[in-house]
Order: sequence, then structure tokens, then C-alpha cells
Amino acid sequence: MIVTNLEHVPGRTILEHYGIVQGSTIRAKHVGRDFMASLKNVFGGELKGYTELLVESREQALARMIKQAEECGANAIVNVRFSTSSVTQGAAEILAYGTAVKVD
Amino acid sequence: MFELWIAIAALASGYLIGGAIEKKHYRSIHEREEATMNVSVSTRKSIGLDEEGRVKRAELAYGSVVVSVDKFKRFLAGLRNLFGGEVSSYASLIDRARREAFLRMKESHPSADYFLNCRLETATLSNGQGKTIGTVEVLAYGTAVYLYK
Repeated sequence: MIVTNLEHVPGRTILEHYGIVQGSTIRAKHVGRDFMASLKNVFGGELKGYTELLVESREQALARMIKQAEECGANAIVNVRFSTSSVTQGAAEILAYGTAVKVD
Repeated sequence: MFELWIAIAALASGYLIGGAIEKKHYRSIHEREEATMNVSVSTRKSIGLDEEGRVKRAELAYGSVVVSVDKFKRFLAGLRNLFGGEVSSYASLIDRARREAFLRMKESHPSADYFLNCRLETATLSNGQGKTIGTVEVLAYGTAVYLYK
């Protein structure tokens, strides 16, 4: 599966379109991470626990999107976009979406 | 009185330790930016040459970082709210986060020749009102392109 955020796949021709595919996940942070984060609050800087959490969720969202594209019979997803929103305090939704296509 | 001392201690440690962390981070950003300077990162959508037969493969690349503000910066920003103007204490934090996110994107595909259609996205995870922490996630993503050598 070729995944790209360009409108085409470099060096390949798009043969067929299958429409939008998407994958999303909503994650809540757990108490341990939140505690460490509030300690970090005094000094500022990167919150490694949250970065890991969001990287994990983003991988899962991508995997779900790829699975959906495979079910369509596509072999590439173009024009992929990410979006993050905080649904409630302490939970974040990660969404990945793109267009499933078949390339040569 | 005791609470006041705690608040002052938190501000001072935020200023000293937060400042030291920021300096160290900027040093590491400068070094890594220099090391990866020969890779083209752009918002263009093609490599500008004939792609047919030159591109080996293309992959999605991304890097992200979650940052929060320290107590001292929050205090400065609170003062800024009274007079208005640029909140430069937050600007340096977001600047660090964006550059770090791009560096992580580059480092996730160390031997790529081009990064095309790079985009930045900033999401507020919590706004720092009340007892919560002002936390921002910065995501950089693009397409890593490998050429035939």
C-alpha cells in the first residue's frame, strides 16, 4: 500500500478511484501520564508521554484507513490529511483520511 | 504567606529550569538542522523534474511533538494580557515545537531525497484554563520521495 499526501503517486499513473477512506481513534490519557504531565507543568517543554500516546493513536488511525482501502481493492491512498481535535477534556480524536486509488 | 512562597518558588524554578531546557533544546535543534540541511523539505507538489522512471518510491512521513508551557511563561503571558501585544514567551515554545516536528519527520526517513507537500498542523489539546495545562500538539507531515541513484 502506497500512502502519500500528494495528489498523485510520483512516477505512477492513477487508473481507478474508489473515493474517500478514513480511519480514526479517540484516546484518553491515563492517570499516570497525567500525573507526570502536571509535574512537567512547572518546567514546561515536551510532554513525552503525550507525544508517544498521539504517535500510537496516529499509527492506529492510519492502519484503520489502510484496512478500509484494502477492502475496496485499492493499492494506494493519495492526498492523505490528518486532523486532531480534543473531544472532551482529556481525550483527543485523531483522524486520517485520504482518497483510495489504484495505480499501475 | 506559605502559598505565596510556593508560588514564587514555582515561578523561579520555571524560569531557571525551563530556560535551561529551552536553551539545550535550541542547541540540539540547530545541530540536527545543520546535519539534515541537504534534504529538500518543501510545500511543492512535485520534484520539479520529470518523475517518470526517476522515483523509486514515495511514503508518508510524519513527526509530532506535544509541548506545554512552564509556570513562568504562563505568568508572563498573564501580564501580557493586561497590555496586549506579542506574547513572545509562547512564540519561542511553538517555534521549538514546529522545528522539532519537522526534524522528527526528516529523521523518520533518513535516506529520503525529497519531502514534498509538507504541512504543519497545530492542535490545542487543552487550553490551560483553570487547573488544566496549556498543551499544544504540533504535527508535521509530508511525502518522502526516494529517487533511483
